[in-house]
Amino acid sequence: MMVQQTTPEAAVSGVTTAAELNVAGTRGPSFGEPIVEYLLRLGDDRLILGHRLSEWCGHGPILEEDIALANIALDLVGASSMLLGLAGELEGKDRDADALAFFREGVQYRNALIVELPRGDFGFTIMRQFLFDAYSVVTLDALASCGHAGLAAIAAKSLKEDKYHLRHSSEWVVRLGDGTEESHNRVQASLNELWRYTGELFERDTIDEAVAAVGITLDRDALHAKWESIVNDVLQRATLTIPEKTVMASGGRRGRHTEHLGHLLSVMQSVARAHPGATW
Amino acid sequence: MTQPTTVTADESALVAAFEARIAAGESIEPKDWMPERYRRQLIRMMSQHAHSEIVGMLPEGNWITRAPSLRRKMSLIAKVQDEAGHGLYIYCGTETLGVDRHELVEQLLDGRAKYSSIFNYPTLSWADMGVIGWFVDGAAIVNQTILAKASYGPYARAMVRICKEENFHKRQGYEICATLANGTPAQREMLQDAVNRFWWPSLMMFGPSDTDSPNSAELLKWRVKRKTNDELRQRFINLTVPQAAAIGVTLPDPDLKFNAETNNWDFGEIDWDEFFQVIGGNGPCNRERIAARQQAQDEGEWVRAAATAHASKQHRTVQAA
Amino acid sequence: MAASVKDSPNDISSNGKDTDGQWSLWEVFTQPGKGAPHEHAGSVHATDAEHALQNARDVYARRGEAVSIWVVPADVIVASAPGDAGPFFDPGNDKAYRHPQFYKVPRGVRVF
Ligand SMILES: [Fe+2]
Ligand SMILES: [Fe+2]
Ligand SMILES: [Fe+2]
Repeated sequence: MMVQQTTPEAAVSGVTTAAELNVAGTRGPSFGEPIVEYLLRLGDDRLILGHRLSEWCGHGPILEEDIALANIALDLVGASSMLLGLAGELEGKDRDADALAFFREGVQYRNALIVELPRGDFGFTIMRQFLFDAYSVVTLDALASCGHAGLAAIAAKSLKEDKYHLRHSSEWVVRLGDGTEESHNRVQASLNELWRYTGELFERDTIDEAVAAVGITLDRDALHAKWESIVNDVLQRATLTIPEKTVMASGGRRGRHTEHLGHLLSVMQSVARAHPGATW
Repeated sequence: MTQPTTVTADESALVAAFEARIAAGESIEPKDWMPERYRRQLIRMMSQHAHSEIVGMLPEGNWITRAPSLRRKMSLIAKVQDEAGHGLYIYCGTETLGVDRHELVEQLLDGRAKYSSIFNYPTLSWADMGVIGWFVDGAAIVNQTILAKASYGPYARAMVRICKEENFHKRQGYEICATLANGTPAQREMLQDAVNRFWWPSLMMFGPSDTDSPNSAELLKWRVKRKTNDELRQRFINLTVPQAAAIGVTLPDPDLKFNAETNNWDFGEIDWDEFFQVIGGNGPCNRERIAARQQAQDEGEWVRAAATAHASKQHRTVQAA
Repeated sequence: MAASVKDSPNDISSNGKDTDGQWSLWEVFTQPGKGAPHEHAGSVHATDAEHALQNARDVYARRGEAVSIWVVPADVIVASAPGDAGPFFDPGNDKAYRHPQFYKVPRGVRVF
């Protein structure tokens, strides 16, 4: 089984030019140095996904899984805290990880759209997690040896955690896909819905070009190929099929989000914003 | 499965030998002979405890998505996750008595089994996360430290593991309270309000006075319990009063005063009517708590079934090969 | 990720009745450090070996308590019966010659 190349070329591979960005929409407020923006993308992905996972706490399908999902949520929030912390440091405006997490507007968030979608049923949560984990593992693996020492250290630590996340989500995708007829149909529907959010994970724009100056040079096409091979392998074991002819969604990296992010943030930031300047 | 087949002749001799073992401080293991009443009492107590851990995830889980800093968010997730672990350890311990976890969960959902009354109170502000850790986990530590010496081996061992983890719960709770106490006027007000709401329900957690508790004597004799409800409650109050003073919050009991003769803090009358209302299903959140557990159970069914179906497919494939 | 023969100790789905999916029980043994023996930590529910291992990891090694984990289907463990305690274990108590203290060594000699 092969992944069909169903995505518009510009969104998945090749440099996205400023002109193309304008076609897709405008750009949210920017954060000065490209490395800051780059770290926010990595950090926001993990914060928002960790948040979504934490919504399961106390509501999982079986006790063992409740504990497993909480572990993954903890790893992701932990990684986001380091990444946002470094972003704040490099930004040099006296903002720590909390200031960035709790006092930015939605348009200032840089996560990919896939992580902000509501958690759905367990199958949706697991399929999203799997698609993201595979992306995260190949990305962090490359970043762990990049020329930016601070980021490389964080990536190396998170990589260990994310390899386990990938093992966990892969095994579940296989069990749900090749389980009962109901579980197969549910998780196939989730895959169909999620697929159009995967293109964004491998977009490349001027930020990705600019961070080469600080030693970060990822070969997105190579990463995409690695990701495809992981995804193909697991989906095949799971007897699931990749949907054809999907137009890829895009915008999160520029602050152009779905409506779901605003609701998520209004919950997440409510206490912190009701007491500005307070210590917790 | 706990009763050897040869036993019929003289049950009273067996009971005597069993009680002698307990009196000698021995621990009872799953395959040892035990009186049926001991087994039943243990299942009741252990499953209630396990249910409390699980239902107890809900009031705190309610604030995970609103925790005001990343550090607090992580501590709270880790804390609520630990409670899931505690439930799991104790359910597993209960299963050694020959009852399945899903049977116990059914009893919780259909109302046959009880859980701690405290978790039927709503969590209304962030300060509740501090006060629950401080009071509720504090009370749990007082209770569970003693249970770690209970006569049934699997229960006692689960308690040892749990007690290690509870200390983190209590400390993170008290740290939240201390931080709020040092914070803005609004934060201090939030804290005092949470203390006002949770103090009395926390005292009720230890259960009614033993004089009103028919099972107590037997449970104490068999070392299923080690101390009376009143002793444990008093110990909790004695520990908590100075902690409250240290961060400048007021415990909402005008009768609270130190008794130099007994070395205890005397306290006011507990509203047992409220306690029995809450235990009887009429607390502020009983319905929501059970509904949430029921929903998790129902929505998880297809997931559990899928894993089961997948495993048996694999099993068949391997056998066919 | 190995799916081994002993994956599903009781084929619970085949009896068809257990739709609420009670998973079978696995006993968990954790090794607290390299070179230490594996000790019983508790149990988990799972439908197969890989999931039993993952669940055991998530439940019993959250605080770095283990460097290695064994999971064993609970129903394949064979235990001595409590009634056997006398015949099984007492005879081991009076075999002093199995212990090094039984043997005399000339004064001043270090055997080890
Ligand atoms: Fe607990
Ligand atoms: Fe507890
Ligand atoms: Fe606790």
